[in-house]
Amino acid sequence: MRNKKLMQGNQAVAEAALIAGVKVCAGYPITPSTETIEILARKLPSYGGRFIQMEDELASIGTIIGASAAGKKAITATSGPGFSLMQELLGYAAMVELPIVIYNAQRVGPSTGGATKPQQGDIMQSKWGSHGESPRIVIYPSSVRECFDMTIEAFNLAEKYMVPVVLFSDEILAHMRESVELPEAGEIKIINRRKDAKPQNKYLPYDIDESEIPVLPPLGEGYRYNISGMIHAENGIPNLAPDVIEACITRINSKLDKYYDDIVRVEQIKNDKAKIAVLAYGVVTRPARGAIEKAKKNGIEVELIRPITLWPFPEREIGEVAERVDKIIVVEMNLGQVAIMVRASVEGKAEVIQFNKICSRSITVDEIYNKIKEHV
Amino acid sequence: MEIIAQRPKSLTDLQFTYCPGCTHGISHRLIAEAIEELGLRNNIMGVAPVGCSVFAYKFFNCDMAEAAHGRAPAVATGMKRARPDMHVFTYQGDGDLAAIGTAEFIHAANRGEKISIFFINNAIYGMTGGQMAPTTLPGMKTSTSPYGRDEKDIGYPIQACEIISSLKAPYFIERVSLLSPQDILKAKKVVNKAMLFNKENRGFTFVEFVSTCPTNWGLTPAKAQQWAKENMLKFFPIGNFRDKSMEGGE
Repeated sequence: MRNKKLMQGNQAVAEAALIAGVKVCAGYPITPSTETIEILARKLPSYGGRFIQMEDELASIGTIIGASAAGKKAITATSGPGFSLMQELLGYAAMVELPIVIYNAQRVGPSTGGATKPQQGDIMQSKWGSHGESPRIVIYPSSVRECFDMTIEAFNLAEKYMVPVVLFSDEILAHMRESVELPEAGEIKIINRRKDAKPQNKYLPYDIDESEIPVLPPLGEGYRYNISGMIHAENGIPNLAPDVIEACITRINSKLDKYYDDIVRVEQIKNDKAKIAVLAYGVVTRPARGAIEKAKKNGIEVELIRPITLWPFPEREIGEVAERVDKIIVVEMNLGQVAIMVRASVEGKAEVIQFNKICSRSITVDEIYNKIKEHV
Repeated sequence: MEIIAQRPKSLTDLQFTYCPGCTHGISHRLIAEAIEELGLRNNIMGVAPVGCSVFAYKFFNCDMAEAAHGRAPAVATGMKRARPDMHVFTYQGDGDLAAIGTAEFIHAANRGEKISIFFINNAIYGMTGGQMAPTTLPGMKTSTSPYGRDEKDIGYPIQACEIISSLKAPYFIERVSLLSPQDILKAKKVVNKAMLFNKENRGFTFVEFVSTCPTNWGLTPAKAQQWAKENMLKFFPIGNFRDKSMEGGE
């Protein structure tokens, strides 16, 4: 028997963070994510790391950005109300191009909402919650094992592309226990940020090579450079000349474009005979798979497309599905946040039908199946 | 038959949902009695926190708002400024007031807002299940200080009364304890005083209650009271820190 354990999503995130090489976790207790910081508070010291309980979530994200600037991998864990508070510095991290991972176990919102109930209400906020326009990568597992794998992936993407990564779960996934077989340490690929900065006398932090990704040596190593949330030129120094503003905002927002294929992942059950596709993501993928199976048993062919990556949005893959099917049923535990993006991606090539459930109960196989039947 | 004791009308007749032995029930009642005795029930509004007492609206029989975590003093400021004829109080725990809401608390005190803040200090986060609070004692083990709070690393407990005592504006600041019947009787007088000053619009009034959390401390209610007497009161000495009504020229 390999490394098999019964664990909940929050625990899988914490265990993976340790393997990914996290040295700093800063956080504030909030249901339903608290177990993640509790585990890291207990375990990080033996991994040469630190948990720091902060006074709120603004300070929590500030601390992990500082740790990242100093060269360490860092994570915070939160839920809706805390994620809202983090938006200021999430935009900052994207602007200065420092890798951090924010784990958001979504609960019912808006506002204090419902701490112990699930929702998928933070999808748009994860991309657009900060003022202005800035990049981030957002990924959403659907099982406890995926919570583990995608925490590793979150750090790899953050470090590789020098960008904040939001790792989603929800109250169901956060607290659901599954038996998971964890990979051996040697089987896990860990990516660390580039260290090949030019020599100090030729170094400018945002003088970027063809990779589009900056090389930022840890502050404190003597490079004497500046990072700033203000619009900055290649030297990192604030500069509000119109051409600098244009170049700065354009570059940070387009730097991930050439890496679309490396970053964006979807899960698909393709079916040439299908006229209907179901689009679901996160924990809702589970009943969606079941509904498609049930439909097949009843002679209805249905495709599945699941955005594993929510931002950048998998518009190409969804556009391809729309070429094949007549209808895409978008199943979400919110009022239709991803449906907006699906409509934009299919450009009228398929009818987009929404199935939204926000009462906090999980969406069932039968609910999705019945929606499919309505549209056969 | 003569009724010699009954629930104040400022409390609803719902059963408290707090854990057995929790002191929230006592502080709720003291505040409700003060509201009642000062005839404030129909012209007082309260603001509840996020934390165990997020459900305070169920128990106080007056108009209540539940603010986002830590923001009660700001919301209370707006209520009082918009309706100076009304009286406003907040009811906040240690995480709400002394961690996430530090800025709102200190600035409301510094502006001398004519509101009362009732602060429940039990040295732990109750609602989320026993994490370290800003008031957690040195050495105290919680789920996020599993090796005990190391004051050299994470600082000493925040002393809310002492902090705002350095400000000029607050009118009345006192720390009381709910750890014995005698202390509770003393606390009642202090709460009534703060509420009277609120009624008279004299200025910012603040009462801190040294409280217990038997559930998350892992102690029986009686042992929790004993532990708090032996440990909490060293860091959080009870007593008056400010009473401008006693100062000359006021």
